[in-house]
Amino acid sequence: MRDVYVVGIGQTEAGEHWDRSLRDLGVDAMLAALQDAGVERADALYVGNMLAGELAAQAHLGTLLADWSGLGNIEAARVEAADASGAAALRMGYLAVASGALDLVLVCGVEKMTDADEESADQAWSYGMDGEYEASQGLSVPAVAGLLMRRYMHEFGVQREAFAPFAVNAHCNGVNNPCAMFRRPISVDAYIGSGMIADPVGMFDVAPLCDGAAAVLLCPGDRADELAAKPVHVRASAVATDRLALHSRADPLSLRAAYMSSQMAYAQAGVGPADIGLFELHDSFSVMAALSLEACGFAQPGHGTDLALDGEIGLRGRIPISTMGGLKARGHPIGATGIYQIVELVKQLRGEAGANQVECSLGMAQSLGGSGATAITHILEA
Amino acid sequence: MKPARDVGIVGYGAYVPRYRLPATEVSRVWTGGYGGVPVQEKSVPGLDEDTVTMSIEAARNALARGGIAADRLGAVWVGSESHPYAVKPTSTIVAEALGATPEVSAADWEFACKAGTEALQAAIAYVGSGMVDYALAVGMDTAQGRPGDALEYTTAAGGAAYIVGSADQSVARLEASYSFVTDTPDFFRRAHQHYPEHGGRFTGEPAYFKHTVSAVQALLDELGYGPKDFAAAVFHQPNTKFPQRVAKMLGFSEDQIRTGLLSPHVGNTYAGSSLLGLTAVLDEARPGDRVLLASFGSGAGSDAFSFVVTDLIAERQGLAPSTQSYVARRKPIDYALYARYRKKLIMH
Amino acid sequence: MNIPRYWRTERARYRLLGETCRRCGKPIFPPRDVCPHCTEPQQDPRTFAGRGEVYSFSTVHQAPAGYTDCKPYTVALVKLEEGPLVTAQLTDVDNEDVHVGMPVEMVTRKIKEEGDNGVIVYGYKFRRPVRESADRH
Repeated sequence: MRDVYVVGIGQTEAGEHWDRSLRDLGVDAMLAALQDAGVERADALYVGNMLAGELAAQAHLGTLLADWSGLGNIEAARVEAADASGAAALRMGYLAVASGALDLVLVCGVEKMTDADEESADQAWSYGMDGEYEASQGLSVPAVAGLLMRRYMHEFGVQREAFAPFAVNAHCNGVNNPCAMFRRPISVDAYIGSGMIADPVGMFDVAPLCDGAAAVLLCPGDRADELAAKPVHVRASAVATDRLALHSRADPLSLRAAYMSSQMAYAQAGVGPADIGLFELHDSFSVMAALSLEACGFAQPGHGTDLALDGEIGLRGRIPISTMGGLKARGHPIGATGIYQIVELVKQLRGEAGANQVECSLGMAQSLGGSGATAITHILEA
Repeated sequence: MKPARDVGIVGYGAYVPRYRLPATEVSRVWTGGYGGVPVQEKSVPGLDEDTVTMSIEAARNALARGGIAADRLGAVWVGSESHPYAVKPTSTIVAEALGATPEVSAADWEFACKAGTEALQAAIAYVGSGMVDYALAVGMDTAQGRPGDALEYTTAAGGAAYIVGSADQSVARLEASYSFVTDTPDFFRRAHQHYPEHGGRFTGEPAYFKHTVSAVQALLDELGYGPKDFAAAVFHQPNTKFPQRVAKMLGFSEDQIRTGLLSPHVGNTYAGSSLLGLTAVLDEARPGDRVLLASFGSGAGSDAFSFVVTDLIAERQGLAPSTQSYVARRKPIDYALYARYRKKLIMH
Repeated sequence: MNIPRYWRTERARYRLLGETCRRCGKPIFPPRDVCPHCTEPQQDPRTFAGRGEVYSFSTVHQAPAGYTDCKPYTVALVKLEEGPLVTAQLTDVDNEDVHVGMPVEMVTRKIKEEGDNGVIVYGYKFRRPVRESADRH
């Protein structure tokens, strides 16, 4: 297997793009990534996207974007793993380069949520869970988080307020990310007083669904320096899956896929949690942030919230998370999210994170599909 | 009428939803709180309930008391005037939910408030003829009252299920039954209308009283009994006064109808009405008690039955929740919530 | 309309019809082709009693399309007494009274309607046992 490097990154602002369609956004990010690397062509395109079919009546998205961006007759395909679609597309791109099959691979994550009304968007988002036995019962994605959060509070004796630091931290970091959807800080009081979406999940526990696209260009080691001033090395790429439905898991509070994926990633990179300088985790919900920290070895079960309360998740903490706003403040354009995480991680490792700069040379990004049924972890190095 | 072989009630079960609309709420909205009320409160089905779901629960209770497996049922017949589908029998869904399919007969019955007892008559015949060992008859409704109409005080939800089988397995064996029917349009609903029409006072003497008295009198004459021979009597109960009056007309005392008179607390459950009252009687009955059941359905007709409780009653009563536990399980709601639950709010 | 899709899962939805694995003997719900415990592909049908307790719950205030008429409603993970965990709505409850560990029993209720002219989908929900809730009044 060859070494793989990220040599180009691009992203649109995450938010409501009334003037840009699904394909427009994808092209914007793709062209930006190609330009960042100083190239005009790629050998292949993998597109991460979850809901183009349901919300834009558009399948065949890989080929459409290759066409629409002027990339010619290249290999192209859409990759889908619910909320982890972007990371899944990255995984395919990584394997294509690492295997030696392809050299320059463009990976783009794109999602357009705002063409649909909110209830339809919520319904489509729930397609990532078990359609026959979870979604069909009226379970919404926030309600899944609600079930986890309620059980977490019960098992570990934790109050709702303990989750506030995740939202506060994310919004604080979003202020300095020009591509973030939300760029204003929030207070703990605002968190506590917020309305309920799916009790106990409140408005500030949920990452906002939105529009956005992000892209990265991958290449093998022998071309990295030619294409980027600061190429970023993909030290590890690992995927694991768990039972899809929450009710099928032996311990719903244990994100087994996240654990296995991160363990494989650590092994590939020859590192452990202590070596990770920052963690772009999947904070679709504050409880998922806590559970991710626990599954990846940064906190004991039930103590992910302690890590947050102790300030260790901030930019100067032991394990900074959501450094550019995370899903919570930057936004969650579902299929694009996994690539936004990589773009942000690369900016950090290149030293281009501005006011949010974390001094580190090794960072981890993890994207979760559904309620953690798919976990895709990448470790990147400057 | 008596079937060729002796039959009886092998299992019985009730269902009443938990929500209650006090009659004072109806008068608060429509009469400024002025005037009397025909019942204290009525039961209101929740958003996820209908005649199918309620029949399933009542039937499960009947199966529990009967101690028989659902696949022994030879017929599943639900009588109602609020079947969720105009075409596709409630009975097929109930049969599937119980596990009675596929070797079963199923069909829906309609005769206003006596749809359930019509199904019961047929169940008696089906078992009595030897065609099947057990037949399930259900009377159940989620009745709708036109807002502002007098009937809105009483149109309620609930009913009961009965499994008919051979007399030697029954908790109450059938002595005889009788049906009295005429074409009397005292209360009806055309096919695509949402609410029924009723004839006001015409629903009384020419309808309810004439048919109930005729059916009961004929049954008593056939059996050679008088009111004194009965421990209890259950009449169709569209309100509080009608069953009290017809009991008096026939010579039954207030004590005899008390246990089976539920309408003051649950309202008129239409096809479930008299059948629900009978379950309350059976819950407290003792071996040897003779019980009269007399339904009334607008259109119009009355079915009358005489049952004698057997020794098996004591060991079966407690095998499912009592009717009183459903009546006691109550959550009062106001008119606004009731309007939402009964889908009376039209979105313009 | 999704008629065949709903029809296929009727027995599981109406009656909690699941399976027992022929090799490891563990209970399986919902029914599936491959045992989730030991990957054995042979199972025998069995019905679950419907008794259990609330493992976790969440009251939905913002509902997805198709369920907006019923909000606020409470969904739960119910641990059946035989072992499996089931996702279902709670019914006949006051949302504020629900707690982890609350005993519940299965009832068959309307899950959704495909509009005014489509099929009505019935399935399992859970509520406080009737006898217990009667005692509380």
